[in-house]
Amino acid sequence: MGTRVALFATCLTDTFFPDTARAVVRLLERLGCDVDFPAAQTCCGQMHYNTGYRAHAVKLAKRHAKAFDGYDAVVAPSGSCAGMVREVYPDLHRRTESVARRTYELSEFLVDVLGVTDVGAYFPHRVTYHPTCHSLRMLGVGEKPLELLRHVRGLDLVELSGADSCCGFGGTFALKNAETSTAMLADKMTHVLETRAQVVTAGDNSCLMHIGGGLSRLKTGVRSLHLAEILASTEEEPWAATP
Amino acid sequence: MGRNPVTWLGSPTFPNAARDALSDVQLRGNLAHATTTIRTKRAAAVAELPDWQRLRESGQAIKDEVLSNLDSYLERLEAAVTARGGIVHWARDAAEANEIVLRLVKEAGASEVVKVKSMATAEIGLNEALEEGGVSAIETDLAELIVQLGDDRPSHILVPAIHRNRSEIRDIFRSRMSGVEDLSDTPAELAEAARAHLRRKFLSAKVAISGANFAVADTGSVVVVESEGNGRMCLTLPETLITVMGIEKLVPTWSDLEVFLQLLPRSSTAERMNPYTSVWTGVTPGDGPRKFHLVLLDNGRTQTLADRVGRQALRCIRCSACLNVCPVYERTGGQAYGSVYPGPIGAILTPQLGAGTDDPQTAALLKSLPFASSLCGACYEVCPVRIDIPSVLVHLRGKAVEGTHTPESVAMAAASWVMQSPARFRLAQRAASVLRLISRRGKVKRLPWPGSKWTDSRDLPAPAAETFSAWWRRTRG
Ligand code: SF4
Repeated sequence: MGTRVALFATCLTDTFFPDTARAVVRLLERLGCDVDFPAAQTCCGQMHYNTGYRAHAVKLAKRHAKAFDGYDAVVAPSGSCAGMVREVYPDLHRRTESVARRTYELSEFLVDVLGVTDVGAYFPHRVTYHPTCHSLRMLGVGEKPLELLRHVRGLDLVELSGADSCCGFGGTFALKNAETSTAMLADKMTHVLETRAQVVTAGDNSCLMHIGGGLSRLKTGVRSLHLAEILASTEEEPWAATP
Repeated sequence: MGRNPVTWLGSPTFPNAARDALSDVQLRGNLAHATTTIRTKRAAAVAELPDWQRLRESGQAIKDEVLSNLDSYLERLEAAVTARGGIVHWARDAAEANEIVLRLVKEAGASEVVKVKSMATAEIGLNEALEEGGVSAIETDLAELIVQLGDDRPSHILVPAIHRNRSEIRDIFRSRMSGVEDLSDTPAELAEAARAHLRRKFLSAKVAISGANFAVADTGSVVVVESEGNGRMCLTLPETLITVMGIEKLVPTWSDLEVFLQLLPRSSTAERMNPYTSVWTGVTPGDGPRKFHLVLLDNGRTQTLADRVGRQALRCIRCSACLNVCPVYERTGGQAYGSVYPGPIGAILTPQLGAGTDDPQTAALLKSLPFASSLCGACYEVCPVRIDIPSVLVHLRGKAVEGTHTPESVAMAAASWVMQSPARFRLAQRAASVLRLISRRGKVKRLPWPGSKWTDSRDLPAPAAETFSAWWRRTRG
């Protein structure tokens, strides 16, 4: 039996991007993990917390901790949700300390826990990578996602200029300060288009929904795709969106 | 008074002000250029020091020590300044501070004062108050002078005229100075015009007014850090010097000061050392001002200190590094923040200093400020005194929504109720899938308000036909 891993899919990915969660399962199982999806999981409470509704966030944090009790590791395909659990939870409630310690963002889990940088992936496309703010500055994942991408066969990785600037999503910020958010998005899209990449990837579907939503509105033809889906793709089983 | 302390009276909320600022193409160009340049330089200046993170930790620790024993440090400072011939005044708020300064200027028999660039005096609107009392205040810092001559408002802590480019500055000088009809927009000529304009004022002024970057409690020494040397002229030439200083600017000893003299220039101007550091201790017969008044300003600082999370904003040394890296500030500029404190620090300091205002429009602005951030964390990463700005923002958001009954608070409570139960969450997911009906090729292009705030500029993916959890139940459950 491999490591007993719980997939923390996040409410956004569960609802809007099931392919990403399926990709995580496929990838982790390929690497020998024993993956489970605790059915009690809902939402980590990040939106509530970040918007100022702390009391609701505390309730959600407590039930999140219970839902993930008993697993060796909890893996999330999201820097901001993993950051919420690991960096914010301990401040919200004592009983969340254990789940906070056991929670990893996907690229951290692959590189730090499983110790792999070559996951055996194949993805013959031109790709640029946007390091999302919370994975970069809250979790400090650093070069890990890029290390993983560099080992993907066939993948042409193009550097994104101004990569560490925020894409302007920021949760409810995108609605409360929609114009400012859109101005930030415009610059991010300009940089993505400059790379002439076919795909922009990141470790967080929330930021990708923002960048991808802008790219799609402008009919640029550039796809936004979660890192997990690139890493899950192999020569035998190439990436394909839901049939 | 016509002016609310801390904020500019009548300022709109942040989103409204930002909307106007964003449509100013010239402004966005000026700002993007200026912030990108200084950002890169700062990163290089900081990278030179292998112990930068330790320095930041020291800076944080020293300021925290001062803040937790502020009363005794202030008393120590007062005693030391008094012993060296200075006079200390205490001002509870902007109105009191302005009154004290105006009285002191009148007592010195002056109708004109020269000023060293200072955030504290800008915060309390001292220039306007002096003006009303018949005293004209002349800003001597180049950027501050540009703002003053242009009847403008500052938009940056260090470079208040950062939103102006060279040709705009030339136009301001041409219209407000004499004998500069042929002025070009080269930096050297602009600086020369300002120098000629100011030199006359320095030589005739009897009173100078300054702020303070630091004060050493042990010895009563006051410190001003600057780049141009105009400050030093003000601090040494006039007979009377009046310094207005926020009560949080203290450091205990000279060796503590050393830490900040490393942190500040690299964070602020990306210099290893700033060109001019002026230090004075009371008065010295035969050297410099003969009278020295120190006005210690509270203006909301004590109430800020009472907040365990929010008080770290008082560690701020006004370096403006957080502004320069802030993606929101870069797009909107500083004036949208409605006070002399723009950018991330403004978003956490202004609401705290101004809390308790009885002006509804100001209250609305103060509530909107903590939301003026995507919480990207770039500010926290650069702050030389490690102020966890994102956490304070979230904390202040909590205060802003506390006890409110708005469509948002109702929606949040509903979402929380749904998420308390997996069964309710599954139902909500199914309900959300109605969005598929209005989608085309998997994209939702248009939603009614408030969803329109998203779909005005971005497509929304339609919810999946089968959620992941449903798929898991079907295939693995
Ligand atoms: S908050 Fe920190 S980075 Fe911003 S101005 Fe103050 S000291 Fe500088």
